[in-house]
Amino acid sequence: MNIIVCIKQVPDTTQVRIDPATNTLIREGVQSIINPFDMYAIEEGVRLKEKFNGKVTVITMGPPQADAALREAISMGCDEGVLVSDRAFAGSDTLATGYTLAMAIRKTKDFDIILCGKQASDGDTAQVGPGIATQLDIPQVTYVKKIEDIKDNHATVERMTEEGFEIIKASLPCLLTVVKEINEPRIPSLKGRMKAKKAEILSWKAIDLDLEEEKLGLKGSPTWVSKIFTPPPRPKGQIFEGDGEDTTTKLVDALKDRLI
Amino acid sequence: MDYLLTEEQVMLRDLCRQITDEKIMPVAAHYDETEEFPWDVVKVMAESDIFGVFIEEKYGGMGGGLLELCIATEEFSRGCAGIALAFSATALGTDPIILFGNEEQKEKYLPSIASGKKLAAFAITEPAAGSDASAMQTTAKKDGDHYILNGTKHFITNGGEAEIYTVVAMTSKDRGARGASVFIVEKGTPGFTFGKKEDKLGIRGSATRELIFTDCRIPKENMIGKEGQGFLIAMRTFDMSRPGIGAQALGIAQGAFEASVKYAKERKQFGKPISSFQGIQFMLADMATQIEAARALVYAAARQIDAGAKSLSKDSAMAKMFASDVAMKVTTDAVQIFGGYGYMKEYPVEKYMRDAKITQIYEGTNQIQRNIIALNLIKEM
Repeated sequence: MNIIVCIKQVPDTTQVRIDPATNTLIREGVQSIINPFDMYAIEEGVRLKEKFNGKVTVITMGPPQADAALREAISMGCDEGVLVSDRAFAGSDTLATGYTLAMAIRKTKDFDIILCGKQASDGDTAQVGPGIATQLDIPQVTYVKKIEDIKDNHATVERMTEEGFEIIKASLPCLLTVVKEINEPRIPSLKGRMKAKKAEILSWKAIDLDLEEEKLGLKGSPTWVSKIFTPPPRPKGQIFEGDGEDTTTKLVDALKDRLI
Repeated sequence: MDYLLTEEQVMLRDLCRQITDEKIMPVAAHYDETEEFPWDVVKVMAESDIFGVFIEEKYGGMGGGLLELCIATEEFSRGCAGIALAFSATALGTDPIILFGNEEQKEKYLPSIASGKKLAAFAITEPAAGSDASAMQTTAKKDGDHYILNGTKHFITNGGEAEIYTVVAMTSKDRGARGASVFIVEKGTPGFTFGKKEDKLGIRGSATRELIFTDCRIPKENMIGKEGQGFLIAMRTFDMSRPGIGAQALGIAQGAFEASVKYAKERKQFGKPISSFQGIQFMLADMATQIEAARALVYAAARQIDAGAKSLSKDSAMAKMFASDVAMKVTTDAVQIFGGYGYMKEYPVEKYMRDAKITQIYEGTNQIQRNIIALNLIKEM
């Protein structure tokens, strides 16, 4: 089984401070880590390999420093790392990122399952995974909390919903985005770390992929950020005390007051 | 301070630190309270290749030496010295095989230890033979192709949990110090059972148990080295293992120190954090300096042994003795900095103090270490 895991390198948000003047992240001196949700995708990919045999290829699009994220994924058991990096990709929004990653995945030719974290901890859009599936025109299941089985060219998975979960069967190849309930990522072993240190990371530039130029980077990114702000905290709720009838009356009056 | 570790050693240290922070720290109080054996942490250590750090690559290890062993032990002990012992006492039980075992014995036993599938233990101490190991009563009588073991070992770390035991027994009592031999005994051998499990002051996440041998037949292939080499093997084993005790003490001290600095910065009295008072500052400064001195000594001893030094008893004893005395002092001061809270089990420092005490006692009390140091330096000078 050929497994692709897409990851993103993000600032370690447990260390991040906000500049109160500009309301933006202070990036200086902040360590980069693998997006925490992607750690579950890596772990799941490695577990699939251990169960079904095959190969796990981990792919990231980002600056040259993202090499470290790929090596960490290899130390956890991934076989190969691909760094998709080019100045032409700068300024990509989720659409352009999804397109570029999809073209990189297409270049790997054989793939049965693509795994992504449900969203990145910096942008929080949850759009790149589904974007890749759309570009590749393959089925996608988001918020997967368990892969029940993979057989007869189909994956049966549990998809988390607000009320519970759905069981979905998807034909291969398919893309799954995973939630933290799916597993507990392992600590990379000493042998894994040594292997990762020596591993050769493939580096693919725009020219290596069969890309349409107008779909790349800033040019291929229709997203327009008008304003970034901190939403006001949700106001405190009101609790009515008293017996049933009394509180019901109070509640109805309060609702009427709010013009409902 | 920078100890000029290699890239691999830094990698090992970071890995052990991660295991300690994520897997040991959260459960240290639990195992201290329940005295259960920390198999879940042992599993993580095994999967991370830790049990092989001091074993040659051809037997499935990582090919490191005593310094690697010390780095791992120190990091784990920073979280819990009891849990760390599952690892470091396995190294102690393995040392006789590494030092004196023949090729067949190494091939048979080292791979399963390196992979963490089996733990090991070393057994020399008996109820009436502590510092005076030559007073041991356990006998191994030759009977054809076998030796028959009879007797009781006690205070055996990893006892009951380990699969592989290296046991010192008297093969000819009348020959005194030249009458002991070492045997590899596997758990499950008929006539080999376990007795009382000890209820201890500290290192409660470690199993300390009696081993009982009743007409236990051991094939003669399981003898390590030659008949009569028992004490030599034991002394060389301790020369190798004592810096490891120093590393354990170092980790305990480091853990207590880190907790103390954090607390001193948070705890406010007289309207200020107590870290702003000189009384506390001087204690912290002394703790940090003592720990650094102990680390320098432990690492230097370990490096010297790894480099193949011939005479190591003195340096090894110094490392163990100094680091364990530092651990006792530092952990006692840590409790002092925490004040009343430090005395309570809700806070971690009283456990560090309880755990530290054993490092002054086992693998030779610190009085015995001073004997070794003095005898060697008189001989040398």
